[in-house]
Amino acid sequence: MKKVLSVILLCAMMCIMLSSCGGETLTLKVYNWGEYISEGAEGSYYTVKEFEKWYQKEYGKKVRVIYDTFNSNEDMYSKISAGAVSYDIAIPSDYMIARMISEGMLEKIDFSNIPNYSTLNDSFKGLYYDPTNEYSVPYTYGIVGVIYDANQVDESDANGWDILWNPKYSGGILQYNNPRDAFGTAMYKLGIDVNTTDKAEWDRAAEELKAQYPLVYSLVMDEIYNLMETGEAKVGSYYAGDYFTMLDAQSENVDLRFYYPEPTNYYVDAMVILKGSENKELAECFINFMMSRDAAVANAEYTYYASPYEVVYTDEEYLEDLGEETIDILYPPIDNFAEQYNKYAYRNLPVEMLDYINTLWEKVKIN
Amino acid sequence: MKAASKVFTAIIFIFLFAPIAILVVFSFNDAKSLSVFSGFSFRWYKELMIDSSTLESVRNTLILALAATGISTVMGTAAAVGINRLRNKWIKNTINMVTDIPMTNPDIITGISLMLMFVFFGRLFGKADSLSFTTILISHVTFCLPYVILQVLPKLRQMDSSIPEAAQDLGCTPTRAFFKVTIPEIMPGIITGAIMAFTMSLDDFVISYFTSGAGFQTLPVRIYNMTKKTVTPKMYALATIIFFVILTLLLISNLTDEDASEKRRNRKEQRKANKT
Repeated sequence: MKKVLSVILLCAMMCIMLSSCGGETLTLKVYNWGEYISEGAEGSYYTVKEFEKWYQKEYGKKVRVIYDTFNSNEDMYSKISAGAVSYDIAIPSDYMIARMISEGMLEKIDFSNIPNYSTLNDSFKGLYYDPTNEYSVPYTYGIVGVIYDANQVDESDANGWDILWNPKYSGGILQYNNPRDAFGTAMYKLGIDVNTTDKAEWDRAAEELKAQYPLVYSLVMDEIYNLMETGEAKVGSYYAGDYFTMLDAQSENVDLRFYYPEPTNYYVDAMVILKGSENKELAECFINFMMSRDAAVANAEYTYYASPYEVVYTDEEYLEDLGEETIDILYPPIDNFAEQYNKYAYRNLPVEMLDYINTLWEKVKIN
Repeated sequence: MKAASKVFTAIIFIFLFAPIAILVVFSFNDAKSLSVFSGFSFRWYKELMIDSSTLESVRNTLILALAATGISTVMGTAAAVGINRLRNKWIKNTINMVTDIPMTNPDIITGISLMLMFVFFGRLFGKADSLSFTTILISHVTFCLPYVILQVLPKLRQMDSSIPEAAQDLGCTPTRAFFKVTIPEIMPGIITGAIMAFTMSLDDFVISYFTSGAGFQTLPVRIYNMTKKTVTPKMYALATIIFFVILTLLLISNLTDEDASEKRRNRKEQRKANKT
């Protein structure tokens, strides 16, 4: 028994040692959201492996990509800032990038190593979190919309944020289970700036949420998928990309539809290079690769989120695979994206404000 | 009254096993939905087999569980033998209590404190990333150890201490007596301890989450990171497989335990018969 165990143990150790120190192999460590890249499921494109192949062919050097995932911006931030782990590339969301830049955690990107950068739509330059476009390259973006079940909701009610306050759908409305997003819906409805530091405005939004609370079926985050897919809930708001995931899995008696209320929330997730990256040029190479046609299209198809790259949203195969309806929803006209985004997207608020909002939110929930 | 107790038992079993049953059933669902069963298929099992990054995390989990089990079984058995030999009751109790701490301590505290320690030492030696395979292995051994000790100690206490003494009387060296007599006698405890350690390591999420380094994500951590979007039915398939593997292990462990106690009973009876 023990002999067998020790042999297995030895083999395991050897495996790890061998894989970590094999001659002239470069390593690139990438930290991304879970389920946020095409990974070869159902015979699709395996981005990371393709990059390794491509690099070997192009530069004649072996590269091994260590690809790990995280579940939230905060998880990623705390692990990296504590010095627990180190990565070359991460793909956090906008507000987290702003924070990381201000704390000096990011490396400036050398764009001469990223010729594919030209495929990035100009609307995605000059966004508030990186106004000079020095630290980040957008990967995906998304816009919050309202998802409803057309079998339970009248088409005529489906516009603006008011639907989430409509007493007709009492007991079928889903609200976010986190203060920032929940207050967001009320503030967009009332036309309040979501980044205001005026407490009176937040109080006003809280009143609105209190009025809505009796109508709400449940406060949700990921639970929204199942509740909407099964028709248990009637209406809720989430990102467009996630709507398609729900659409794929909806029950027979459910007919999910989607629209954008105005104004609404936007997010951008972008690739950044972390301070202390051991091979910055390789990291830039990877970013460049992620913006090349094959990889970018595969990732956009896999994640169902909108891509800011021209090679993707003008690609015929991509447009055909997703279908016209999907494209129309996923890519609303975005000529003034930067302007809208800088005006309506959530930003980091001072800690004191966050505390105040949390208290308000608790009060809303107690009522 | 009897009927009521039967109903009660039934309800308890439903609560305990309905989730697992649902998981197993929907792992064979042809569609992605969790509400409609649209036909029996192995689709998700097939897809699981070609998902190399999930399989890699399964491999990581297994390597880690085997390594942690091996180390903690050896260390735990040695520790149990040592504890059993202690004469001073006070020291013995203290050591017993101290070794139980990793088991009773909330995982989150064990996880965070281990991470802090690793980061502290990492900084001390000027490393950019202090977490690696070694750190997660140390963590797993830490929380597996008490389970092994807890399984082996009772076996040692049950064992007639005169048996290894008799072996030495008959010319065995102490080492030889230990390996030839003591170890076989406490083997059931060691095996149960090893199996416990293995399952503990296999399903640990919290501690792994805090102590895993770059490039070594275990399966539970990976599944957690998937929840940002939906967890695919592939995971139901994987969970079903894991459930049955664990079930088999448990059955084996129970059977060996019973076997051993039966043998012991037989031996005792024989001894009694010999005396009379």
